[in-house]
Amino acid sequence: MAIPYGAAPGAATDELARAAPEATAGLRRHWRRHYPFKVILGLGLLTVFVLMAIIGPMVAPYDPSAIGPDTLAPPSAAHLLGTTQTGQDVLSQLLIGSRSTLLVGFVAGAIATTLSVVVGISAGYYGGAGGELLGMLSNIFLVIPVLPLLVVLTAFLPGAGSMVVALVISAISWAWGARVLRAQTLSLRKQDFVQAARAAGERGWRIILFEILPNEIAIVASSFLFTVIAAILTDASLIFLGLGDTNQWSWGLILFWAQNNEAFTVGAWWWFIPPGLCIALTGTALALINFGIDELINPGLRAAGRDRKASRAMTTEQGLTPVRRAGSTGLTTGSGTGR
Amino acid sequence: MTAPPAAVGPPVLEISGLCVEYGPAHHAVRAVIDVDLVLHRGEVVGLAGESGSGKSTLAYAATRLLRPPGVITGGSVLFHPDAGQPELTIDLLDAGITELRRLRWRELAIVLQSAMNALNPVLSVEAQLTDTLAAHLPDSTRAGRRERAAELLRMVGISPHRLHSYPHELSGGMRQRVMIAMALALEPQLVIMDEPTTALDVVTQREILQQVIELRDRLGFSVLFITHDLSLLLEMADTIAIMYAGRLMETAAAGRLFAAPRHPYTAGLLASFPSLHGERHVMTGIPGSPPDLRNPPPGCPFHPRCGFAEPRCRQSMPPLGPPPDARAGDRLVACWLQDGREDRPPEVSRPEPPGTSTRPALRVITGPVQP
Amino acid sequence: MAFLGRRIGFYLVVAWAAITMNFIIPRLMPGNPVEILISRLSSQGELTQRSIHALTVAFGLNTKTGLLGQYGQYWVQLFHGNLGTSITYYPSSVAQVVMTALPWTVILLGTATVIAYIAGTVLGVLAAWRRGSALDTALPATTFLYAMPLFWLGLVAIEVFAVKLRWFPTSGGQTQGIPIGFTGQFLSSAVDHSILPALVIVVTVMASPLVGMRNMMVTTLGQDYVLVAQAKGLSQRRVMVMYAARNAILPTIANFALALGYVVSGAILVEYVFSYPGIGYILFQSVSNEDYPLMQAIFLIITLAVLVANLLADLVYVVLDPRSRQEA
Repeated sequence: MAIPYGAAPGAATDELARAAPEATAGLRRHWRRHYPFKVILGLGLLTVFVLMAIIGPMVAPYDPSAIGPDTLAPPSAAHLLGTTQTGQDVLSQLLIGSRSTLLVGFVAGAIATTLSVVVGISAGYYGGAGGELLGMLSNIFLVIPVLPLLVVLTAFLPGAGSMVVALVISAISWAWGARVLRAQTLSLRKQDFVQAARAAGERGWRIILFEILPNEIAIVASSFLFTVIAAILTDASLIFLGLGDTNQWSWGLILFWAQNNEAFTVGAWWWFIPPGLCIALTGTALALINFGIDELINPGLRAAGRDRKASRAMTTEQGLTPVRRAGSTGLTTGSGTGR
Repeated sequence: MTAPPAAVGPPVLEISGLCVEYGPAHHAVRAVIDVDLVLHRGEVVGLAGESGSGKSTLAYAATRLLRPPGVITGGSVLFHPDAGQPELTIDLLDAGITELRRLRWRELAIVLQSAMNALNPVLSVEAQLTDTLAAHLPDSTRAGRRERAAELLRMVGISPHRLHSYPHELSGGMRQRVMIAMALALEPQLVIMDEPTTALDVVTQREILQQVIELRDRLGFSVLFITHDLSLLLEMADTIAIMYAGRLMETAAAGRLFAAPRHPYTAGLLASFPSLHGERHVMTGIPGSPPDLRNPPPGCPFHPRCGFAEPRCRQSMPPLGPPPDARAGDRLVACWLQDGREDRPPEVSRPEPPGTSTRPALRVITGPVQP
Repeated sequence: MAFLGRRIGFYLVVAWAAITMNFIIPRLMPGNPVEILISRLSSQGELTQRSIHALTVAFGLNTKTGLLGQYGQYWVQLFHGNLGTSITYYPSSVAQVVMTALPWTVILLGTATVIAYIAGTVLGVLAAWRRGSALDTALPATTFLYAMPLFWLGLVAIEVFAVKLRWFPTSGGQTQGIPIGFTGQFLSSAVDHSILPALVIVVTVMASPLVGMRNMMVTTLGQDYVLVAQAKGLSQRRVMVMYAARNAILPTIANFALALGYVVSGAILVEYVFSYPGIGYILFQSVSNEDYPLMQAIFLIITLAVLVANLLADLVYVVLDPRSRQEA
């Protein structure tokens, strides 16, 4: 389980917060000119999984819970991903399970993001003692380790459905986004265009909705993606441990049964590799999209430009401007002593 | 201080035909095109121009400090450490990193804007003053370096107990003085100052500039002063170079430039700000805005905004050369109007001020005007 | 020092909140731990009314004293280091159980996290220093590692390295039968058993500081003071470390403390997967056995430990960033 360790890779939070307004404008401009490979890959992968979630139950060849005669069979024509110890078809489990897994992730992400937007922006905009208190509240939730808390909570709520788990996850994960949004709103509030709107008598909620929020869309999007990854991983981890919703098929549940039936020791790789891989790829897809947003915000972060060859030729030493003379193929960084 | 200005000596930095581009070869932006500039020992050369004119790019490229994606694509930058020993001259564009590091700060130093970002926020003032001493003077002792750091602070009028302060504890003016002290730590021959006073209030600005001139008079270093504020340069520079769209448009001694500009752009700049002394004149700006360097206009880059543009200006770039009526000393201008014709517009044909020296006639900040 | 004062105050508040939450949750949830214990013990023989009452008091559920009274008692017990009695390991006290398991977690988790953070930070600095290099372009590949379920990686690692290749043991903290102590035999066995779980933690934890540091370095390298440092002719190393990295690392340290909460969560899963006898593993046992006192105590300890780590990180931050020493 890899609930994001602090910041998501690529989300240096303050920097993100500072650059957000230009980023949103940049987003529109940029998409028309560049289509970074990363983002396309991410979106592509995500589409595959979303499709799986939507049509999965309709195309699954078998009932995932139906036991059958072929036990622990490696992949074959009849069972594309092999079978479990009780003859259940792994592929069907994977297809059906995708719905619950992704749903929990996105629902938790949506609720958490909404909460973080509401709490973060109001705390930042209205400020005062209430703002400080909300800030403290989000800090508290940030510091408390998530999984132990969830383990304890779900242990006390046996038989909770997946939506309840989603709610619990979102109740804890809103804090990070709220903190970043609060900081950003605080700094935006001092800026001229907000002051102008206030002086013109615009009402608070209108300013928030039309002036402040549009400038923070990039952060909100990033925060949403980040929370979805975390929620999917947390949910899978909980189910793997035998907590949370063990009545519905999900990728975590496949792994739970795999673990309980010693799939690992008997080397039934077709049982435990696909679900974990799917989780990892879904998370990667979301992270790639997130990376794409980050690089939009700070173009300096792009690892290599479109001109790969040219950029590689330009890997330069720091503090030494390269000299490229007409007629030479590469760059010299100088080695002689001149005349 | 009313000591006479230091005499201008032999050349210390010779930039010839420097070309700088940004970006990979096939869609590069030409930021500096074919610039020639000479700095002499003890001279204050002002480099003026609007944003995007290439003035900072020129200075950083010449010292190989320009950041990626900047690339130097032509020219040479000769540094003469000692006029009496021409064999020590080195082309900075050919030098390797070790050599450059040896020269940096000992001979060439820079001073930036005093914003928080110019000084390392996590190191104390003493650390930042002494680390360069330690790097270039390996035989120095800790105590010796500390003593030198204290001396440097005193030189710019800051109490030595500030050695233990951090940059965020200093005011803007103090930070700027620290930067100047830091630049002079190894007594370099050339100090490049990039908009050093832009972020300061007018009073502090004056104090800092006065300090710089005093130190120049005392220690004899040259200054390349980059700014968009021409009025500052008119008062403290010996020579002024005007840049536009990556090219050098005009250079002349400050007094001659002020009294008798030869380029329409210079004339436009001079008409854009009021002067505290002298006659009142109608202020006019320069209509339009600087060109997009990715798609510069053909011929002379200024022609779209020039009131005197002719068909020739659209076709080819005029060469940089002395105007026909230049009396003495170097002054250069790149304009087709200066091709020797009789009927030049009055704005670019005012008579040159009297006196054969290339020293400016105006020296407001160093005291009463010297006869 | 106002900054530190505020942080300490904050941690005290969180600690109070965690302790109170710990007190409230079981009383809100369905299920009575005493009944569970009773039913378990009853299978071994009848319990008298008095025993039942004694147990109720021991578990702090004596309703006679009222909620507030219980709360007060709870605090008193805490200060005496009395975290209750464990149901699973009855009659051992929770404190004893925790103390046996804690060192394993601290050693495994502590070392692995520190290694991951140092490695991630150093690699991030190098990736930024040489833009366009192989390391830099490989960065997005780390997102895959980051998104991977930690427990899955652990299981795959066991499958590959322990079962198939037999390089490492498959589970446990040490080979059975060796007594615990500072003997070579024990130590080598312990190290042997901790390498795989530690590697799994390092691989997944490393991604965050790596990318974070690289991005911060890119921003920092664009700052004026780095330009000045290069203009000063300082050595490459000094510019990279004292000017660039020193500044770029500050957000990573601030985040490290936050990250620790998550790292602890990850370590728990790793312990489960590897049957490594640390706090996480015990937490598991307590969940399966409905051992509420143990469960809550572990949660509390974990939270308090994270707070302490946060405080230490704050101290480091104050040392590294002079601006934080004078908060307006």
